[in-house]
Order: sequence, then C-alpha cells, then structure tokens
Amino acid sequence: MKIKNLLRRKKSNEIAKDRLKILLISDRVNCSQEMLEMIKQDIAKVISKYMKIDTKSMEIQISKTETKGRNAKNPSLYANIPILDLNKGT
Amino acid sequence: MSEVIVITSGKGGVGKTTTSANVGTGLAAMGKRVVLIDTDIGLRNLDVVMGLESRIVYNLVDVCEGKCRIKQALIRDKRHPNLYLMPSAQTKDKSAIRPEQMVRMVAQLKEQFDYIILDCPAGIEQGFKNAIAGADRAFLVTTPEVSAIRDADRIIGLLEASEFKQIDLIINRMRPDMVRRGDMMSANDVVDILSLNLIGIIPDDEGVVIAANQGEPIVGNHSLAGRAYQDICQRILGKEIPFMEFERSISFWTKVTGIFSKNGKGN
Repeated sequence: MKIKNLLRRKKSNEIAKDRLKILLISDRVNCSQEMLEMIKQDIAKVISKYMKIDTKSMEIQISKTETKGRNAKNPSLYANIPILDLNKGT
Repeated sequence: MSEVIVITSGKGGVGKTTTSANVGTGLAAMGKRVVLIDTDIGLRNLDVVMGLESRIVYNLVDVCEGKCRIKQALIRDKRHPNLYLMPSAQTKDKSAIRPEQMVRMVAQLKEQFDYIILDCPAGIEQGFKNAIAGADRAFLVTTPEVSAIRDADRIIGLLEASEFKQIDLIINRMRPDMVRRGDMMSANDVVDILSLNLIGIIPDDEGVVIAANQGEPIVGNHSLAGRAYQDICQRILGKEIPFMEFERSISFWTKVTGIFSKNGKGN
C-alpha cells in the first residue's frame, strides 16, 4: 500500500516547478489568473457567434516567444480552441 | 578595465551578503584589487561577515554626503592587502543616498580597483535602485525554492528594464541528496525557469555558518561551498570551469554516514 502511494504521488520538486511556471506567466505579464479566465470567456463568446466550439476544453495562455537571449522575448497570447462544428448559423 | 558587479536577489536571506564576501575575497586572493560595498543602509551585515566590524570609522552615507573622502571610509581587509570594504551606515535609512551619488562614487572607485562588488539589500525599493545604479553586470542569487525563484524572476524584469546586459545566476543552498529524492528542484530546473546564464552552484554547507560565526570567508578552503565560490571567481576571470559533481561527492558521503547510522540503529 505504502509503495503504491509513493509511486502514484507526484514528487514535490515537480509540484514546485508546475506552480512556478503558472505563477511566473501571470507575474511577467502583470495579469492574474482571474483576468485570464475573463479573457478566455470573452474570446469564447465572440467565436461562438460564428462557429460551435468546445468551450470546456479550450485553453489560453500567455507566454514569451523564444528568441535568443531573454531581452528579445515578447509576450504573446496563445489560444487553443477545439471546433465542434464549422457551419453554425449559416 | 574594471568591472562593477551588483549581487542581488529580491528575496532576503538567500545568501547575497555571504556571496559578496566570498566572491570579493576570492578575487582578491587571485591578486585582483577589489572593493566590497555594503549598500544595505540601516541593516549593515557585510562588515560582520567579513569580521571587520570593529574597524569602521566612516561609512557609505558619509562619503555620499561629502563628510569624508572615499579613502577614509575604506577598510582594508585583514587577510588580503588588496581587498577593501566600504561599510554601510547603521543609523540612516535607504533614502539617505540617491542613485546619482552612487554612480559618482563607483566611477571614482573604478580608477583604483579591478572589481567593485555591490551587496544589494533585499527588496525592490530605493535600496535596490541605489545598488544597481552604478553596476555593469549583476549576479542574481537564489535558492531552489518557489518563493526565492519567483522574486528572482521579478528582479530579472527590473534589471532588464534598467538595460542590464549581463545577468548571471548563482544557485545557493543546493541539497543534492534532496534533488535525488525528487524533493528539491535541480540546478537545471531553476535555469530552465529563469533562463539565465548559470555562473555558480553553492551546496548547502555547515561550513558557511561556521565561517560566518568566525567572521571569515569560506572561499578557497576545502569545503564544498569554499570550492564552489572559488570556481565562481575563476569563471569571473573568464576561465572555463566545469560545474562540480556534487552527486558523486555527496553520494560517497551519504554512504559513509549511512554506514554509521546503520551501526547506530544496530546498537
């Protein structure tokens, strides 16, 4: 039982890394998780006017585009929106 | 050509002052002319870590206010004749000096020294702004903890906004045994998150506390931390030094202590 638990449990350094990644994204762009959630809902509302999308599994995140050296990084917004039906409304 | 390095972290208690003392002493031991400046006005510490607290006459604020000449405030180290300390003031606060005064003082010190090392206070307020004003490059000290790394990331943003071209990372208090167990982020993890050039990994070492008790830097002695600081100094001088393999040295050590603890349990 104990060994099973140990195997299933996520190592604490992995937890730390995951927490930091999320934390730093919102720190860097000065934008909170709540605000990201609001952006996500608004995007979903607009897209839904034109096509049927899967709002439950859509993801948005702000990250810095990788270029050489940290100085050249610009934040950009990525949205991954699964489309259920392209021909809604037409 | 002299170089001005600010040692900063954001979060307090991660080892800025220890790093300043040891990097400064290490460079001086390699024959460089070095001055350490404690910029933590109101909470001076570098003097006690260096064991020079009894020799302070004038301080940084006196120099900036023109009450004395730079030379009068500098304290010569007892171990290395080419190492000096500019102590901070204990009775004033961070607003006692302005960044321009710092820039002017650093410019004068550049004439006499190869390396000027600024020990930055914790935080991102006036004291931080004073400390980074005159610096060419920064060493960012962090520990492999979420809180320290988060603050470090914030500092990187502020340093970049001040157009720092060269920021190097020092990871302090590394515990290879915990990394192996998966209970501490590895140096690679931290470098991945902060995407900075790594210049040193300092293992968590009792020797650091003992050395601080005695007012002696640890750099250059045979402890793991002493060797790690020595390596940082070599890298500052442009040498390619591979990072120490703590894993191996520690795993040997744990084997030894492991045997003892097993014996202890047997009794």
